[in-house]
Amino acid sequence: MQVPAPFEYARATTVDEAVALMGRFGDTARLIAGGHSLLPMMKLRLANFDYLIDINDLHGELGFIAVEPGVVRIGALTRHRELLDSAELAGVFPIFRDAERVIADPVVRNRGTLGGSLCQADPSEDLSAVCTTLDASCVIRGPLGTRTVSMAEFHRGPYETAVADGEILTEVRFPVRERGGSAYAKVERRAGDWAVVSAGSAVWLDDGGRIADARVGLAAVGPNTTGIPEISATLRGEEPSEQVFTRAGEIAARSCEPATDQRGSAEYKRHLAAELTVRTLRTAVARAARGEA
Amino acid sequence: MTDTRQRSFEDNDQKPMGFGRMLRKEDPRFVRGRGRYTDDVQLPGMLHLAILRSPFAHARIVSVDTSAAAALPEVKAVITGADLAGLGLAWMPTLSGDVQAVLATDKVRFQGQEVAFVVATDRYVARDALELIDVEYDVLDPVIDVRQALAEGAPLIRDDLDGKTDNHCFDWETGDAGATAAVFAKADVVVSQDLVYPRVHPAPMETCGSVADFDPVEGRLKLWSTTQAPHAHRTLYAMVAGIPEHKIQVISPDLGGGFGNKVPIYPGYVCSIVGSIVTGKPVKWMEDRSENLISTGFARDYIMRGEIAATRDGKILAIRTNVLADHGAFNGTAAPVKYPAGFFGVFTGSYDIEAAYCSMTAVYTNKAPGGVAYACSFRITEAVYLVERIVDCLAYELDMDPAALRLKNFIQPDQFPYMSKTGWEYDSGDYEPTMRLAMELAGYDELRKEQAEKRTRGELMGIGISFFTEAVGAGPRKHMDILGLGMADGCELRVHPTGKAVVRLSVQTQGQGHETTFAQIIAEEIGIAPADIDVVHGDTDNTPFGLGTYGSRSTPVSGAAAALVARKVRDKARLIASSMLEVSVADLEWEKGSFHVKGDPGTAVTIQDIAMRAHGAGDLPEGLEGGLEAQICYNPSNLTYPHGAYICVVDVDPGTAVVKVRRFIAVDDCGTRINPMIIEGQVHGGLTDGVGMALMEMISFDEDGNCLGASLMDYLIPTALEVPDWETGFTVTPSPHHPIGAKGVGESATVGSPPAIVNAVVDALKPYGVRHADMPLTPSRVWDAMRGTAQPPI
Repeated sequence: MQVPAPFEYARATTVDEAVALMGRFGDTARLIAGGHSLLPMMKLRLANFDYLIDINDLHGELGFIAVEPGVVRIGALTRHRELLDSAELAGVFPIFRDAERVIADPVVRNRGTLGGSLCQADPSEDLSAVCTTLDASCVIRGPLGTRTVSMAEFHRGPYETAVADGEILTEVRFPVRERGGSAYAKVERRAGDWAVVSAGSAVWLDDGGRIADARVGLAAVGPNTTGIPEISATLRGEEPSEQVFTRAGEIAARSCEPATDQRGSAEYKRHLAAELTVRTLRTAVARAARGEA
Repeated sequence: MTDTRQRSFEDNDQKPMGFGRMLRKEDPRFVRGRGRYTDDVQLPGMLHLAILRSPFAHARIVSVDTSAAAALPEVKAVITGADLAGLGLAWMPTLSGDVQAVLATDKVRFQGQEVAFVVATDRYVARDALELIDVEYDVLDPVIDVRQALAEGAPLIRDDLDGKTDNHCFDWETGDAGATAAVFAKADVVVSQDLVYPRVHPAPMETCGSVADFDPVEGRLKLWSTTQAPHAHRTLYAMVAGIPEHKIQVISPDLGGGFGNKVPIYPGYVCSIVGSIVTGKPVKWMEDRSENLISTGFARDYIMRGEIAATRDGKILAIRTNVLADHGAFNGTAAPVKYPAGFFGVFTGSYDIEAAYCSMTAVYTNKAPGGVAYACSFRITEAVYLVERIVDCLAYELDMDPAALRLKNFIQPDQFPYMSKTGWEYDSGDYEPTMRLAMELAGYDELRKEQAEKRTRGELMGIGISFFTEAVGAGPRKHMDILGLGMADGCELRVHPTGKAVVRLSVQTQGQGHETTFAQIIAEEIGIAPADIDVVHGDTDNTPFGLGTYGSRSTPVSGAAAALVARKVRDKARLIASSMLEVSVADLEWEKGSFHVKGDPGTAVTIQDIAMRAHGAGDLPEGLEGGLEAQICYNPSNLTYPHGAYICVVDVDPGTAVVKVRRFIAVDDCGTRINPMIIEGQVHGGLTDGVGMALMEMISFDEDGNCLGASLMDYLIPTALEVPDWETGFTVTPSPHHPIGAKGVGESATVGSPPAIVNAVVDALKPYGVRHADMPLTPSRVWDAMRGTAQPPI
C-alpha cells in the first residue's frame, strides 16, 4: 500500500461552496474529481496538498452533455464513461468515441472526468487533444464570476492551466459546424498506457466537397497538446486527397517538439505525428463525406 | 492431441479419482474473498514497519540522524545500519554465498537500498516518520552500463569485500572450448548474433512482506512471510539470527503470486524480526508496489553473443556463446551452489550437435540484486532465448524454413537418455510429433502462403517458432544444494480412521493449485477422492522439510514424494487387507480404492475399511503397528526434461510499427498430465508473461541509476487486450525416472514463448532485411529495427 502524506478532506455540495473553499485554502488545496491522476501522484508523494476538496457530489450540476444548435456543452464533471456511451455526442463528434475507447481502462473511465483531464494538463492526455482539435473553449468560475478561455489559452505548460487558485473549470463548449467529420488515433505501448503519440482531426467540407476548414490536435509531442494552424491554412480550399493528407502529415511532423523517453524516440514520435495525422484526416474526411459528422 | 476448447462445470461434478480435469479445490476461498494473505494477519498490539530507502544508486553514508523521527510518540523504534552492526546483523548471506546489507552501514549500492527502518503504531505514521530521518549522503559515480563495469577506473562497488579491487563477480564456463573451436573452423556456415535479454521484474500481484512475532519469554519466533521456500528460510534465519531452528516457525500463508520473486530472503523480513525483538511486539512489514519493483529480485539481464556453426544444408554442428551477466549490487541469485549461472548450460537446446561451449563473466553494478526470479527455471529462459534466436538467424542466412531447420536437427527418440555436450542428461523426449502437431494446429503451410501473398501487398505478417527443452525439478542432492541444503523434498500422508486423509508437503503454492494437484496424485495412488484429502503446506511446524517451490520443481520433486508416500501407505494397507480377507498378500489385487481377492471381485475391502481397521480394535497382522500413515524424503535421480513447440503469428502495422499478436499455438509435453485444466492455466499465464517480456517489459535505469520502472504505469505488464485466444495442445512423453512420469510445466510457457514472439516479429520484418531485434519490441524499437537504427536495450 502506497501511503500519501497527511491531508485534510472536505466535500463540497455546490459549485459555490467549492469555489469558496478553494478561495479559503488557496494553493494548499486541490480539487479532487475522479482522482485517477491526483491520487497516484499523492501516493507516490509527488504531489502533496494540505486539503483535498471533493467535488464528486457536484455531478448533478456539472455532469451533462448538452447537444444544442451550433454548440455542444459538456459539464466538467462528466465522466469518461458518459462521454463514451453518448450516442448523441458520437453523432456530432465521433472523435470523442474514438478517443474514449483508448483512454485508460473501464475502471478509470468510470471515475475520470473531462474537467479533470483538462486540468491535469498532462501533455499526453487524450481529451486535451480532442478539445484542441475541436477548438473548444473552457468556462471557468471563480469568486468574481465566470470567464471563458480558448483551448490555446487554457494550457500554460505541462501540468499548468489558466485556472487560478480559487477557480473551477465548470464547462467545456464545442462549436458545431455543418458538414463536419472528426476522428482520433493513438499509438500506445499497451492498452491503457499514455499515448506514445496521438492525433485528432476535424474537417468541415464545403458544398463542393472541398475542405472548408480543418484542424489537427496532437498529444505527447510537446509541452501541451497542440493545434497546428499551418495545417488548417494548408488544407483550406483543398480537394481531399492522399497527397493533401500527406502534406498535412509533413507539417505535423515538423511542427511538433517531441522528446525521447521510455515511450519512444523523438524521431519515431515525429514519424507518428505524420502517420496519425494522415490516418485521422482520412477518416474524418470520409465521415464528413458520408454525413456521419 | 488438442485440448477441447469447450469446457463445463460438469468436469468437476465427475470429480476424477486421480488424474483428470477438475476445478481447483482452493478456488472457492479465493473467489469468495476468504484467502488469507500475509497482510491479512492481524495480531494484538501489532506494530507497523516502514523502510527508508536510498534515493541514490551509489553514495557513501556520511551521517544518519533519526532523532526527529524517534521523537514522535507513535514511533516505537528507529533502527539504522549502525544499530544492526552492533547486533552483528547489518549483513546477511545471500542464497548464492555472497553477502547483502540488511541496512546500509558504509555505502548505498543501488537506488532503493534499505537504509533505516521505523516501527510505529500504524502504517501511516511509520511512513510519515521516514520523512523525518535525515541522511547525509556523499554521492559517488555509479556503474550503470554493465559493459563499463570492468572498465579501467570504473567506480568500485563492493569495497566491503576484502581485497576487492574491481566489479568482477564470477567467471564460469561449460562445454569444450577447443573441440568447439575445431568444429567452428571446419563449418560451412558460421552465424554470430549479439542478443540482450533485458532486466525484467516478476511483479507479483501481492508484494513482499512479513509479520514477525518474537516471544521473549519462550525465545520463540513466529514469522508469517511471503516466501516460496519456508523451510529453507527458517534454516537460514537460524543460521543468521542465532535463534535455534526449533524455536522458529515460518508460515507462508496464501501467496498472491511469486514467480521467483519470493525465493530470496529480503532485508525487510529480517528488519521485521529485529523490530519485533526490539519492541517486544508483533511487527508487520508490507512493501508497497514501488518498493517491490525497485528493490526485490529482478530477472535476466544477460548480454549474450551467440554463435552457431552448420553445414550448408542446415545440419547444426556447434553452438558457442559468451555472456556478460549483470548481477546488480549483491549476488542474490538463488541457483544451486555448483551452478552460478543456473542451468544456462542447456543452451544447446533440443538439437543433436557435435560441440558446445559457453564462457560467462558476471559483474556487479549499482542496481538491485537478484537474478533468479521470474519463472526462469534457473536461467533456462535466457538459454532457450539464445538458442532459438540464433537458430532462426541461421535459417535466415541459409534461407531455410525455420521449422524445417529445427526438424532436421532434433535429438532423435532413440538417443534418449541423451547426454548433451555440456553434460546434461536429457531423461526423455520425442520432439518431432510435438513439432508436427504445433504446425498442424497452426496450419503452418497455409500461414506461409498467406504471408507470401501479404508481402506482395506490403503487409507485414510474421510467423515465429520456438522449440524448447526445459530441465526442471532440482535436483539430485549429489549435484545440487543451496547453501549446503540438499534439494530434496519430504512428504507425509496420514489416512484418518474414517478414510479421509491429510497430506503434508514441503513445497508452497503461489497460485499453481497445489491443493488440487497433490490431492489428485494421492487419489490416483490410493483411491481416496481428492475432495477427501486435505493438503497442508507452507507452515514449517506442520510440514516436513524441503526446499520449496521454484524452478518448476514441485511436481518433479514433491509430486514424486507424494506418489511414493501414497504407495508406502498402500503397501501397509495391503498387509491389513490380507488379514481382513484372510488371504495371502500375493492373492490380493488392487483396484483403485480397494483390494479384492484375485478372481473374486466381490470379496473386497475398501481403503476406508482398511483405515478403520488400522485404527480400530481388531487384530492387525503380526508385527504391524496401528495407524495408516507414512513419510518420505524424495531425492530425485535426475531432472525432468519437458519440451514444447510454440508458434506465434503476428501482424506489424507498417505505418506505426505496432505489433499485434494474432495467434499463438502452444503444444506442451510435460509427461503425465495430472490436471489438464491446471496445466492449461499455467501455460496461459506463462504465455502472457512471454508477451510482456517480448513486447513491453523492461526495468531500465537512467545514467544516474534511477530506476525508470518504479510503478506499474512505467513498468508495463500485459493485459487481456495484448494477448490472443491461446491455442493449446499436448503430447505425452512420460519421464522414465519419475514415479508417475510427470515433468514440471510451471515455467515452460514463460521460457518458450519470448523467442517465438521475437522470431515472429523478426520474420515479419524480413522485407526490411532485419535478422534480429532485441526485446522489448515496443513500437518505437520495431520502427528502429525497420530503419536499421536499432540500439541494444542496455
